[in-house]
Amino acid sequence: MLRAAAGAAGLLLLALEPGLAQEVMAEAPPYGDFPLVGARGAVWIAAQVHLMFAAFVLGVPMFAVVVEAIGIFGGDDRYDKLAKEFTRLLVVAYSATAIWGAILVFVLATLYPRFWAYLTTIFAPSMWVYAGLFFLESFTLYLYYYGWDRWKKGFSKQVHLGLGVALNVWGTIVMFIANSWLTFMMSPPGDLAADTAPQTVRLWSAIANATWMPINIHRLIANVVFGGAVVGAYAAYRFLASRTDEERAHYDWMGYVGNFIAIGALIVLPFAGYWLGREIYEFNQQMGITMMGGFMSWLWIIQAFLIGVLFLTGNYYLWVGMGRIPGAERFMPYIKWMLLVLVIGTIVWATPHTMIANRQEIAAMGGTHHPFLGVLGVMSAKNTAVNLMILTTFLSFLLYRRANKQPVVSWAKAGTMMQGAAFVLSAGIVLFYGIYGYFVTAIVRIGFSVYQVLAVLVCIFFVIGLDVFMMRGATSRGAIRWGQMPARSQYALFILAVTFTWLMGLMGFARSGIRQHWHVFEVIRDTSPQAFTPALGPAATMISICVLIFFALVGFIFWLGGLAEKPAASPVGVSASSEMDLRAGAEPAHYVRPEE
Amino acid sequence: MSRESSYLRHPFWQALAVLVGSYLLFKFGIGYLLPAIGVHSAPVPSSVLLQYMLTVVVALLLYVSTSEDRWTRFKEPLRQVLVDPDKRVLRVALLVALPLLVGFLTYGRVRADVGAPPSLRSIHPAPPNQITFRGEPISLTGLENPLREHGSFEEHLAAGSTVYVQNCMPCHGDRLDGEGPATHALNPVPANFTDNGTISQLTESYVFWRIAKGGPGLPVEGAPWNSAMPAWEDLLTADEIWAVTLFIYERSGSTPRTWEESNEGEGH
Repeated sequence: MLRAAAGAAGLLLLALEPGLAQEVMAEAPPYGDFPLVGARGAVWIAAQVHLMFAAFVLGVPMFAVVVEAIGIFGGDDRYDKLAKEFTRLLVVAYSATAIWGAILVFVLATLYPRFWAYLTTIFAPSMWVYAGLFFLESFTLYLYYYGWDRWKKGFSKQVHLGLGVALNVWGTIVMFIANSWLTFMMSPPGDLAADTAPQTVRLWSAIANATWMPINIHRLIANVVFGGAVVGAYAAYRFLASRTDEERAHYDWMGYVGNFIAIGALIVLPFAGYWLGREIYEFNQQMGITMMGGFMSWLWIIQAFLIGVLFLTGNYYLWVGMGRIPGAERFMPYIKWMLLVLVIGTIVWATPHTMIANRQEIAAMGGTHHPFLGVLGVMSAKNTAVNLMILTTFLSFLLYRRANKQPVVSWAKAGTMMQGAAFVLSAGIVLFYGIYGYFVTAIVRIGFSVYQVLAVLVCIFFVIGLDVFMMRGATSRGAIRWGQMPARSQYALFILAVTFTWLMGLMGFARSGIRQHWHVFEVIRDTSPQAFTPALGPAATMISICVLIFFALVGFIFWLGGLAEKPAASPVGVSASSEMDLRAGAEPAHYVRPEE
Repeated sequence: MSRESSYLRHPFWQALAVLVGSYLLFKFGIGYLLPAIGVHSAPVPSSVLLQYMLTVVVALLLYVSTSEDRWTRFKEPLRQVLVDPDKRVLRVALLVALPLLVGFLTYGRVRADVGAPPSLRSIHPAPPNQITFRGEPISLTGLENPLREHGSFEEHLAAGSTVYVQNCMPCHGDRLDGEGPATHALNPVPANFTDNGTISQLTESYVFWRIAKGGPGLPVEGAPWNSAMPAWEDLLTADEIWAVTLFIYERSGSTPRTWEESNEGEGH
């Protein structure tokens, strides 16, 4: 162990000298050992927890700066306070990200010294840039947060907003750089071979590998989803611990915004995931089969079930929230039908193609494919189910948004009918291609999912666009009674955050695991005793340990968040609506005292 | 309002009715009712049934708790059973019966069984990029069936038919549906080529690899290696394997999966 550490320390310094790196690589022990969980377990935990914190600190600034901009340009101070509260959580979480990043580097360097030397030889310049940007990002964050109350008027406020934008730019570049290292391991350049000297690998060809950009985009969106969910959980925690009605109203609204951000971004996430999956297939079809049809295929069933939980919980939160909106009663009868679509969608999506069955059951089915339910196990059914679930969730948002509004434009009835027609048409297209997919070849069927996605996206944009115009000058049926939410709705926000975190760990395992026994796929072989791919049970245990560590630390951060300052009390009794409210999809201006 | 009508309108009894109805639908509707009306079906495996019922239970709980009034009414019968003095007998009966039921179900799941335990077996393990066929390396990536480009299609089909009848039919059946005379002696059962979840999902090079290497040539993730499929490269020529591949696609009405266009020349 000590030998490995000493060798690794030398490697850290010498890896940048190509000639020396070669010598050290030859001399360094290939692998170290770690007590209890082993080398791979240690790297797994460090990487996963680091990634969870990193996702949070990259996701939150994205919407914090948007919320701040809404506050500035909409002239509404409550958004500014909300954005600051989001950012307050970042400061401590940022330290945790850096600490876990350092742990990851140390365990990699000491436990996988030879491979670490290989990576640093190829990526050294990008690591220098990474460190520089990390430094820049840290100080931009400190300026952004600690300068909030100082630069709050006129031009200085816009400069402050510029700091928020810069924070996002640095963070995004940092993530892109780190993504290049891990995607290189998954999909190295085609001309790389086992005997290629790392010094001869061109840095840009290593960075711009086949899965780099799909991962970048997927993670960018997923970070917003994750950040929104964790912020929602924070708001739920503060809501449940609130002592005053004002506090409760504020954190109810904050929880709503967190959920809105998480579910809103989740709606587009499957499309980015689909692109990533397609790129993996194009890079290496065998790798794609391992992921979707091979031993990783059961992860997708678990994923489907968890995403079903997310959709059900996200919608549930909105439906319960309708209880505090005057006028929402007229939409309540639709809830059971929307729930029915979500339940059928979850069941279809989570129906495995190859079923776990005992000998008698297999004999009755004539194999591991069910003669009737087997049709639900293929991608045509799954794509149809998820697209209809997305449409249903969007409908929930629309009804929630409209609950207390009464449109005054003369064409309101026609507009609503057009929106209804858009939903029907979109669902019809999704169903048509879902069914037609059974009658064409796989390569044609894959293309159908693009049409299904487009039908849903066009419907969403069309309906939102129409709604914005239709609700101009709309009269209110009554103010939202923020704070009047049952406690169980807040537990829904906790479930969302935990499920997102678990899902992230699960799919991270799938992404990393499809390399199987390779450090760099089909180039550098993992020759350690732990080169095998763990079964689902041990993998789930490891992921759960990471989730527990993350939430234990996040719980501490939440507590610190309450300790740092008193919660920003929100204006009470204001009922004006604004254009910005429409953009945010919420009506935070309608705070009223709960007893009203 | 009659007593029956008030039960029908009560959220607790409605939820219970939906739960029972769903169970009957999944357990008997799919397994027995569909075959009775001529739809090809079979009983739902218990793992999938559990998954479906769990989804229904969660959905019902979500629904009854979306409105405060419905949630309060839903809890009424539960509260009455747990608290009301006149429900004492029922309460005691349930407190005895429920643990017994749970214990009985637990016993049913953990008791020793003579049957083989269910195993997660990868039906379509990822193929290697390259194999050796009788000592000669063959790259599978981007590989197409050469017989589709050369010679007479009808002759290849006839040759494939002969190979199939002589070698494959005992297990995969004369209708290619995996129902040959030897099928029921095998576990896992032979593939049903008429099922759109089998060869339709695969490239012909994949099928060539599986025929050539059989059960013994399954990769690590294909474990447990208990497939009875022989390694046919010892008995058939490459052309015979390509011919029988052509035959099973043609006769089962399946279309082989094609390669992604940009796959060739990229990656590893």
